[in-house]
Amino acid sequence: MGAISEQEIRGLVDAANGTVSRDIFVNQAIFDAELEQVFARSWLFVGHEGLIPKPEDFFASRMGKDPVILTRNKQGEILVFLNSCTHRGMKLCRYDQGNARAFTCPYHGWSFSTNRDIVDEPGELVGVPHFEAGYGDRLDRKRWGLVRCPNVVVYKGTIWANWDSEAPSFLDWLGDMRHYLDFALDHRDGSSGGSEVIGGVQKWRVKTNWKIVAENFIGDMYHDISHRSVDTVGIGPGGTGRRDAQRPRLAIGFSDLGHGVLGEMPHLAEPDYAPTFASHPEVEAYYRKIYDAKVRNLGDRPRVTNSVGTIFPSMSFHSRQPRTILITHPISPTEVELWRFYLVDANAPQAVKDAARHYYLRYSGPGGMTETDDLENWTYAIGSSEGAIARRHDFNYQLALGQAKPVPGLQGAVQSGTYSEENQRIFYRRWAQFMTGMNWSQLMPGSDATEEVAHAR
Amino acid sequence: MLADQQAAMERLLLHREIEEFMSAEAELLDSRRFDDWLSLLAPDIRYWMPMMRNVHSTNANDEFTDEQADTNWMDEGLETLTRRVRQLATGIHWAEEPVSRTTHMVSNVRLLDVRNGTPREVDTSCRFLVYRNRQQDEADTFIGKRLDTLRHTPEGWVIARREIRLDQNVLLAKNLTTFF
Repeated sequence: MGAISEQEIRGLVDAANGTVSRDIFVNQAIFDAELEQVFARSWLFVGHEGLIPKPEDFFASRMGKDPVILTRNKQGEILVFLNSCTHRGMKLCRYDQGNARAFTCPYHGWSFSTNRDIVDEPGELVGVPHFEAGYGDRLDRKRWGLVRCPNVVVYKGTIWANWDSEAPSFLDWLGDMRHYLDFALDHRDGSSGGSEVIGGVQKWRVKTNWKIVAENFIGDMYHDISHRSVDTVGIGPGGTGRRDAQRPRLAIGFSDLGHGVLGEMPHLAEPDYAPTFASHPEVEAYYRKIYDAKVRNLGDRPRVTNSVGTIFPSMSFHSRQPRTILITHPISPTEVELWRFYLVDANAPQAVKDAARHYYLRYSGPGGMTETDDLENWTYAIGSSEGAIARRHDFNYQLALGQAKPVPGLQGAVQSGTYSEENQRIFYRRWAQFMTGMNWSQLMPGSDATEEVAHAR
Repeated sequence: MLADQQAAMERLLLHREIEEFMSAEAELLDSRRFDDWLSLLAPDIRYWMPMMRNVHSTNANDEFTDEQADTNWMDEGLETLTRRVRQLATGIHWAEEPVSRTTHMVSNVRLLDVRNGTPREVDTSCRFLVYRNRQQDEADTFIGKRLDTLRHTPEGWVIARREIRLDQNVLLAKNLTTFF
């Protein structure tokens, strides 16, 4: 699907004035264009190293609407392939996860290897029934190997992929948003990395548009009121509310990149210890110890915290309570498949992991007492926007319009107070740039990688 | 012979009693008498719902997520189940406002193990079909197996353990705000 014209996009997204057409949430042609213009060009989260710890382990993932295989070959390289046989399209791998020497298609028996002892390029076609008699030398086995994703990176255990071979590097894509992602992925004691994914990925279907989920987590403090029922009954690790007490958060957005969080400004000293998980004394004692370690480890270096965030386009995360990654896979304009992965410090005592896991499950996911109310709101926000009359009326994103101020210490970041829709305006402005088919030098004007590509041409 | 018949009769009566208990429990849920439902739960209840993976037939051990280790759909005790009931009663829990219509059906009830200790406990298995209809056109069907341990107390039977095996991989409903 081709890009949308400049003229058409102006009728859909007016970020400067804070209005967005409902059409972008319900229109099939726009959805089809998104798969090409946004998802086929973006860095997408495809999994975590912990899901494929051993050589030849695989995990069936998705990128946009495409099924992909995430695997580690015998040599330890992490690879991503389209999960569809090159011969007739059969879904090659229909298991959620496992270990396999080769991927053999159930339909006509073509098989593919990732092992560099056997093939030059991982994914090559190695087995073809009736090869000699049927094809002679006319079938080029190198040309008909698995479709391999050209860009795959591992970042602190998380695995990301991008189908566009000219895409900027993942770190350029992240920009200074990296600090907030680090807070989610780093050890609670401030040391780099150190988190792991708890086994089991929650996957479920919701009748909504994928962007509604992305914009909810990009910094929508305004919807806090929708969670009053859970605040009233209390599920927090201290026994009340939704979470342990937290310091004030601001909507901080990355205007040129489309990412955003609800979080704190960068600061140099660790604020005083506040008890956490008070209803589990053993866990509380652990976090007190961890706090002291963090003070030692980070010294007077800058650090940030955040509660939620979205990395453009569809990776959202909670960094603190709960601590989880949410991927929103587009299924149709009005349906998504949500995947939730939960994070804990890998070397935390079992009691700490157990308390975290129980808390996560009562907060998030389809059984989460907080998330269930979100799922209802996301469903009916889109369900009531499909009619001819509704489509004539834009959504309103004018909260804190014109209040953005630069964030010292974070390149390209602005903060706009606690209750703000600046981050949503940033998100839809970025979405519009992708949808009009801008090239990488237009999309990433400051990126070194783009300049290198430009020079190479 | 008489003793055999007596034992068979006792087993039959126990089976009927347990089926009656399960039907009465379903009635409480479907009539939204959630506080009364809570009174059927043992203080130390384990209520958990594993997720099911698509695995190779030779690798059936990995089909279910692990209890007390992995992420599951649900992993609860009495405290959180009580909070869920309280949330339903707030009147502002939007996932269940307006209220959903549910029908819980239980069948294929089997007594797997009867332990005549103090207290008396019975391990059971059954099939469930939970139909939920909400708003104008939302309909979800949850079908699966349930493994319950029931405990006899002076107040009657209570549920000491419940494992809910929903026959779905990707959950096809938007949420799990129904009890099973």
